Amino acid sequence: MTELDFMTSPQSGELGRFLQQMLLIRYFEQQVEERYRDAEIPGFVHVAIGQEAVAVGACAALAPGDVITSTHRSHAHALAKGTPARAVMAELYGKVEGCSRGRGGSMHLYDVERGNLGSSAVVGGALGIATGAALSFSLRSEPRVALAFFGDGATASGLFHESMNLAQLWKLPVVFLCENNRWAESTPLAQHSPITDLTQRAQAFGMTALEVDGQDVEAVYRATAEALAHARSAAGPVFLLAETYRLAPHNVGDQQEYRDKEEYELTRATQDPIAKLRERLALSDERFDELEREAEAAVADAVDFARHGTDPDPQTLLEDVYA
Amino acid sequence: MPETKTRFSYREAVRDAMSQAMRRDSDVFVMGQDIAEHGGSQKVTLGMLEEFGPDRVRNAPISEMALTGAGIGAAMLGMRPIVEIMYEDFLTLAMEQLVNHAAKERYMSGGQLKVPLTVRTQGGAGWSSAAQHGQQTEGWFVGVPGLKVVYPSTPRDARGLLWSSIYDDNCVVFFEHVQLYNQREELPEELEPIPLGKARIARAGEDVTVVATGPLVPEALAAAEQAEQDGISVEVVDPRTLQPLDEEAILESVRKTSRCVVAHEAVRRMGFGAEVAALVQEKAFDWLDAPVERVGACFSPLPFAPSLERACIPRREQVYAAIKRTVGSE
Ligand SMILES: Cc1ncc(C[n+]2csc(CCOP(=O)(O)OP(=O)(O)O)c2C)c(N)n1
Ligand SMILES: [Mg+2]
Repeated sequence: MTELDFMTSPQSGELGRFLQQMLLIRYFEQQVEERYRDAEIPGFVHVAIGQEAVAVGACAALAPGDVITSTHRSHAHALAKGTPARAVMAELYGKVEGCSRGRGGSMHLYDVERGNLGSSAVVGGALGIATGAALSFSLRSEPRVALAFFGDGATASGLFHESMNLAQLWKLPVVFLCENNRWAESTPLAQHSPITDLTQRAQAFGMTALEVDGQDVEAVYRATAEALAHARSAAGPVFLLAETYRLAPHNVGDQQEYRDKEEYELTRATQDPIAKLRERLALSDERFDELEREAEAAVADAVDFARHGTDPDPQTLLEDVYA
Repeated sequence: MPETKTRFSYREAVRDAMSQAMRRDSDVFVMGQDIAEHGGSQKVTLGMLEEFGPDRVRNAPISEMALTGAGIGAAMLGMRPIVEIMYEDFLTLAMEQLVNHAAKERYMSGGQLKVPLTVRTQGGAGWSSAAQHGQQTEGWFVGVPGLKVVYPSTPRDARGLLWSSIYDDNCVVFFEHVQLYNQREELPEELEPIPLGKARIARAGEDVTVVATGPLVPEALAAAEQAEQDGISVEVVDPRTLQPLDEEAILESVRKTSRCVVAHEAVRRMGFGAEVAALVQEKAFDWLDAPVERVGACFSPLPFAPSLERACIPRREQVYAAIKRTVGSE
């Protein structure tokens, strides 16, 4: 495939757009790490380096009107769902211009207009909400789907099991998208799950399960589209397992003393979803550099925007405690 | 034309509020355990399945957390769900969703979301239901910014407040008391909404204010009758909504009577009454002629044996004794 092809032919053009989004997320997350280390960003942050293809592929498959819920590792989901990098970065800086007006921060990104119902920092905490959003679509006979992102660690939580049970029982249009990055903070999958094949979780409820290589954005896109079609046709929810890798510490500052250094470096070298897509598209160095510079510039602009954002006025402290 | 009035039990009043809202509004539905054919553990939803069908009167599995979460999700999408939690003891299982999500989604989203969810529940002592089916838990929710807490003591209040709870744009935890379900009152067919956050003067008096909630309202009224025999005039204030609290109504009454007793069935220590006592001393200190008295359950799990339960739970005798203490004539 030539470079021109990828920008013009519809299908590969889509892949080019995916690459741009993944690069934006990658540069965004790298800047977050740096800005956090420089103490510009308060609180604590979890970056999604290594998992960009899951967010981008899944969100690209959503139809207008579909909604997502997200997790503590939320930046990639928000960006992939279309929230401008400026608004996400400004939120991380705690500014009024942020997508949650500075009330949420890194772990609570919302953009309801664009279908992001928000991220829960309680692991698994939004799974009931996604199920309930789907219940409203079902009751109102709307052809919409709710997609919940969550990690492998969340599959041990009570709400995960209750929500899966309820969604399947009531045949609700929800896609449970599990990003299995094999770690729950410092705890490897083998120490938090008695099974290695997480699709078995779905079997217990008689739920349709799909599995996909989460480092392959096109595969994620197709699998999500299939899952969404199934859910939208009122055939019931889908458990979509994306096998992926956390190519970064759990949160910025985590030293990963629990992780094998060699294995980590090898994974970083072999499982980078951006490198894989670049290869797939056979991009020239010049073209790839150009895309990188574009992403870099967009993120620099977002940082600049956030730095110049407005601190929320303490007078507004009690706004929106109640509707 | 004379208004037609019907005698409603507290149970029927709750049912009527839900049914009227569901007739008017397809976005209102109810889900909970055993609420369909069975009509719920206290028969509050009896007959609603026939009228509204299984989609809107949804029998649910024993998943308090997911049900509450689903209620929040549907509410975020603009519906007005009612979740019935069979016993308020089981709110513990829904607590994470209520405290971390229902209460906070609006704030954390910077005002983008509303959660118009009503969580109805019931419970209370007096029938040896023991430690996991009879404790009063409203005090755990009143301290959560973002939640509203309603606790009616009469059929009229139950109906009017439940209606307002369903149509409130915030999450409301709505407490019903098992001992009140058969209380009856004549009500007009037409539902009269009662605004949240407004107290009711259940009885006017001059000498002592009793701020009482739930079953302690009728108990306080009985204690007031008894005190009247002794020449003590008692005013009974029922906040009805515990969060937000009608502080002005309480303060106005205390400024008139100069004495205050707070009475609830939940444990006394660290209870809702402590907040009322603090409010009164902060804002009506100069009017007080006696320390604020608190009446509540003893600080133990609710015991099973009737003799122990009676010893633990406050009723009219304890309210009467507290009234007497505030006038210095115990
Ligand atoms: C209920 C709950 N328990 C513990 C935590 C602390 N915590 C934050 S992230 C995390 C690991 C989550 O693992 P996973 O769901 O796999 O998501 P990942 O971090 O891998 O994206 C833990 C334990 C939490 N936020 N919520
Ligand atoms: Mg994980």
